[in-house]
Amino acid sequence: MSLLKDAILSVTSQGDKAFIPYIMAGDGGLEKLKPTILKLQQLGVTAIEVGIPFTDPVADGPTIERAGERALANGTTLRKVVETLNSFADEITVPLVAMTYLNPILAYGVESFSAEAKAAGIRGVIVPDMPLEEREIIHPTLSDAGIDLVQLVSLTSTPERMERLTKASEGFIYAVTVNGITGARSSFANELEEHFKKIQSYTDTPVLAGFGISTPDQVKNFGAFCSGVIVGSKIVDSLVNEDWTTIEELVAAAKTAVV
Amino acid sequence: MTNEVKGRFGRFGGQFVPETLMTALQELDEAYDQLNEDSSFQDELRYYLKNYVGRETPLYFAERLTKEFGGAKIYLKREDLNHTGAHKINNALGQALLAKRMGKKRIVAETGAGQHGVATATACALLDLECIVYMGAEDVKRQALNVFRMELLGTKVVAVDKGSATLKDAVNEALRHWVTNVDDTHYILGSAMGPHPFPTIVRDFQRIIGDETKAQILEAEQRLPDAVVACIGGGSNSIGMFYPFVEDKEVALYGVEAAGKGIETGKHAAAINGGQTGVLHGAYMHLLQDENGFVQEAHSISAGLDYPGVGPEHSYLHDIGRATYVSATDEEAIEGVKLLCRTEGILPALESAHAISYASKLAKTMTPDEIIVICLSGRGDKDVHTISEALGGDLA
Repeated sequence: MSLLKDAILSVTSQGDKAFIPYIMAGDGGLEKLKPTILKLQQLGVTAIEVGIPFTDPVADGPTIERAGERALANGTTLRKVVETLNSFADEITVPLVAMTYLNPILAYGVESFSAEAKAAGIRGVIVPDMPLEEREIIHPTLSDAGIDLVQLVSLTSTPERMERLTKASEGFIYAVTVNGITGARSSFANELEEHFKKIQSYTDTPVLAGFGISTPDQVKNFGAFCSGVIVGSKIVDSLVNEDWTTIEELVAAAKTAVV
Repeated sequence: MTNEVKGRFGRFGGQFVPETLMTALQELDEAYDQLNEDSSFQDELRYYLKNYVGRETPLYFAERLTKEFGGAKIYLKREDLNHTGAHKINNALGQALLAKRMGKKRIVAETGAGQHGVATATACALLDLECIVYMGAEDVKRQALNVFRMELLGTKVVAVDKGSATLKDAVNEALRHWVTNVDDTHYILGSAMGPHPFPTIVRDFQRIIGDETKAQILEAEQRLPDAVVACIGGGSNSIGMFYPFVEDKEVALYGVEAAGKGIETGKHAAAINGGQTGVLHGAYMHLLQDENGFVQEAHSISAGLDYPGVGPEHSYLHDIGRATYVSATDEEAIEGVKLLCRTEGILPALESAHAISYASKLAKTMTPDEIIVICLSGRGDKDVHTISEALGGDLA
């Protein structure tokens, strides 16, 4: 059973698309985490991806990297994020997905992290620098705690890898839509639709598109051939500017993705 | 062999990279395995190493240094005499040839001191490959001469002003560049670190240092040395020197980390002596980090050792007790530079001077019929400004 998967399926079964915003925990101070999460869930997002800052975020583009630097400067750590989430866990109604590089989890201790993250409402974990081949270092412990380990599938993944990744991924499949790092982009390869169909053919776990999705049109376009989208850099920028209108438009686009 | 499971050195190593790079790493792994058994590739590499790089490099008996130390007999493996002035060309050339065989058009690399950047820029000029090198903004300042050399060689040098603006941040940017341009680009990693297969590839291209040393010392002394000493940042010259001796248990192996201002000050680059195990840049290894798993800045007077991690095979050799990891401070390295200049007329790189410094202590504990080989990994022309500044001069 996966709370994350259930949350996504309950949205898609009604004809809508899942929408998962990415926020950088600690950007603007950890005290912003609670109001941001409560407001996002009020807008009707499917789940929330909570980014943990890291000193060497090799998978992140400039927007999220800068947000991470600001969060680090505020003293944000994985432990403090988990503590903060735990302080209002009873008010959290959507599944949280932590996105963190591997080393902070190792330093935390995989067992303590799993137990404390679960108590804080974290239902899934994405580790961008840990491919399938290395996941035994944390997967059994997360699994025992009932936390999903979400795998990324990239455009460069071979069909053989794609099949293994999609079958192993828990909660949902994070389909990276570009070669490269996170961040807004204006154009996407035409073959993407085929790519998504291929991924979905291996599994009934929902496939979500992420990396570079920044406009309501892109939310709709991607929504047309997968179960939903993850929007990162645009949300991070909008939160910094307190531009909730942009966020509302993105969330709304997912609700009417199927025309 | 030290890697029984492919890509692993005991519990160290691995492939901790974004999924986008996994296919490229697997392609590289397969291509490298094939070329390793391809005699035409090996012949081509040997041809360039001999006629272009100037190998083999001498194993030089340092008579005056031996007297100065007053103990063991000292030999210097003269990697400073390679084309471009350091051991880095062994790997850069090998990987550039590999990239060419794999049909890649462009090369990306990181550099700390600039020696690997210059070596890569050189190999790319020679083989007509487009080249882009990422370098920490701090290092661009410290190593202006090498930046100019790279640009003369037709390479684009990009200064990285993120994080500590040194080698680790240059690796981050080079990895990002590779993730984004993985289709036509090969990443020439400069040290025996990073995700598999890089630690193995770099070691294999650098083991020529140890292989030659072994043959040369057997010819000169009819026996193996009692100790070999090499400096360690990521650890490429040292693993190249150590690897052929790993099975020769009578040869003690000493890796000298950069203790910066002293390990007790926290301002150092000694990952094994002053760090804990963790994951950075694709590998599980010893790493300078805080209790939250955040990577800490390394500090060393020598840009080439200024890295918070260490190659995973060194972590393994440390784990099993086969090699001994020690350290030398900035100040000791400067003394090492002065000493080698005055006794032998050789200006060593600040990196290599760490090995000289430790060898001076080690030699005194040994007898005149015992032998130490020091890997003199590079020459010090690039460091004259830094050395002048450290000595209170105003050349800088």
